[in-house]
Amino acid sequence: MWYIWVSILFMKKIFLLLIISVSIISCKKDEVIPPKELPMPDVIDTTGFLEIHIANVVNGTPLSLHTSTYVSSANDTFSVDILKYYISNVQLVTASGYTYTEVESYYLVDHSQPNSLHLMIKKVPSNHFSSINFTIGVDSTRNVSGSQTGALDPLNDMFWTWNSGYIMAKMEGHSPQSPEPTKKIVYHIGGFSGKFSGIRNVSLAFPNTADVTKNHIPILNLKADLYQWFVQPNFSNFSTSYFITSIGQESKDMADNYANMFSVVSVVN
Amino acid sequence: MKKTLSILFISFIAFSCSVDPEIKPIITEDEIKEVVPEGWPTPIYNFSSNPLTADGFTLGRFLFYDPILSSDNTISCGSCHQQFAAFANVGHDISHGVNGLLGTRNTPAIQNVNWLPAFMHDGGINHIEVMPLGPITNPVEMNETMTNVVAKLSASGKYKQLFTKAYGDDMVNTQRIFKAIAQFMGTMYSYNSKYDKVKSGDESFTPQEQSGYTLFVQKCSSCHKEPLFSDYDYRNNGLVAYADSGRAHITGNPSDRYKFKTPSLRNIEKTAPYMHDGRFYTLDQCLDHYVSGIVSSPTLDPLLVGGISLSAQDKSDLIAFLKTLTDTKFLTDPRYSEIH
Repeated sequence: MWYIWVSILFMKKIFLLLIISVSIISCKKDEVIPPKELPMPDVIDTTGFLEIHIANVVNGTPLSLHTSTYVSSANDTFSVDILKYYISNVQLVTASGYTYTEVESYYLVDHSQPNSLHLMIKKVPSNHFSSINFTIGVDSTRNVSGSQTGALDPLNDMFWTWNSGYIMAKMEGHSPQSPEPTKKIVYHIGGFSGKFSGIRNVSLAFPNTADVTKNHIPILNLKADLYQWFVQPNFSNFSTSYFITSIGQESKDMADNYANMFSVVSVVN
Repeated sequence: MKKTLSILFISFIAFSCSVDPEIKPIITEDEIKEVVPEGWPTPIYNFSSNPLTADGFTLGRFLFYDPILSSDNTISCGSCHQQFAAFANVGHDISHGVNGLLGTRNTPAIQNVNWLPAFMHDGGINHIEVMPLGPITNPVEMNETMTNVVAKLSASGKYKQLFTKAYGDDMVNTQRIFKAIAQFMGTMYSYNSKYDKVKSGDESFTPQEQSGYTLFVQKCSSCHKEPLFSDYDYRNNGLVAYADSGRAHITGNPSDRYKFKTPSLRNIEKTAPYMHDGRFYTLDQCLDHYVSGIVSSPTLDPLLVGGISLSAQDKSDLIAFLKTLTDTKFLTDPRYSEIH
């Protein structure tokens, strides 16, 4: 029996050595990075923010993914699995016509990501703004400028790999009216130039001014109604128009429709 | 004591976790430079928004040859883009992707890509920095998501080092990946062929090559325009494979049916098989196609109606000339060779 005890003892030693060597060798991961010096602003920043809250709805009913069903204008029943669209190049305009244009102004609204429904417009000069302009989609320049980051990162699954360009707006869901075996309805609307472009400009007037100051962030409540995608000016139903994933007349028609999906609910100062 | 020491040593080896061997600089800054050969047009892509560095190039080179970019870690860019074939795929009309899946088109060469207005045979990809997205995410090529690529590279000690060297910290994102690959692909310059040396007055054509060049200028160069040997336009050259509509797949325009991008003829001796579907294995077959194989269709290029008349002698002269476009320096340049 003695040799068992000896070997156990020896094993223990090995184990101890192992542990010690691990702790010695366990490579240094947290190197200290010297703090970067922050540049002092040349002028005192007097700009503030404006926050946009987007409520995605279907004909007035709040959108909820996967489980809820809705009825389209063609009386087709449908559910929604994905709703994503770009809002970019936000401009705020005063009654006198002064226009603030945000730089690097690209937002991806993704209904599955609640944070993405809140857009913080940055560096807004103090003023009383009475309307907003923005683009649904991504301007043509950024479609041809190579690899981008942030909202425009191809990781967001809104960039066509075989025919370069952003998907401006994407909706996927199910409808019993779809002729697809899986009953899917799929709309990937893109195109950044030419007559079938999926980019649309939106201008919306406020019921009262949004008063931006350095210390006060007004909130613009917008409603985005998915119902509009299938109604005007191009009425469509899910038995004929259920799968649009390339650029052409059908995608252009849908872009003409989603151009009308936004409305202002309120401006809260 | 000896035993203890050896145990210590073994455990050291076993646990030296992410202490990857330091990757030594492979090339110097001087070896990586933007090049615009004399008499060439201004390149479409320059490195103004992607400053060229030896470390950026090296990261791109590691990524290019790393199968980690594919879903099952078996296929790299270099699997189908082989240096000795001017980064085309020797012996494959169509290349294999993951699980042995086949695509539909021939692997194009990679050379002088900074002058390309668009990528792929149909021109569907509009920028060198988003070009790798196509093959990486294509289910029959590398079949991977960029989310997975970023995760796999972020977890790799080797790439932590390589990204830190190239960008100052080890953050991995798609833009850094694509810009590094663009540095590697964008500096694949081929401009040292015999043809180039003849043009610069350092060498001269043999009589047969000269006769081939004269024929080339008369009969081929309106599409295969010097010095890049392509006009990069889209043309139906009478192959007509009805399964692949070519450029029309991108534009949706019926007048673009069966049109494909004019390929450069540089290094053509090494880039067989030929045509967008890789149907021809020899240059003879290619020339025979232009002489007598043109299939008429509504979008056939007007320049090819009735074919191109070439005698047997013309064909061998032309092939002699085409072989002067082989750039051995490029095909064997150690800066572009496989690395792991």
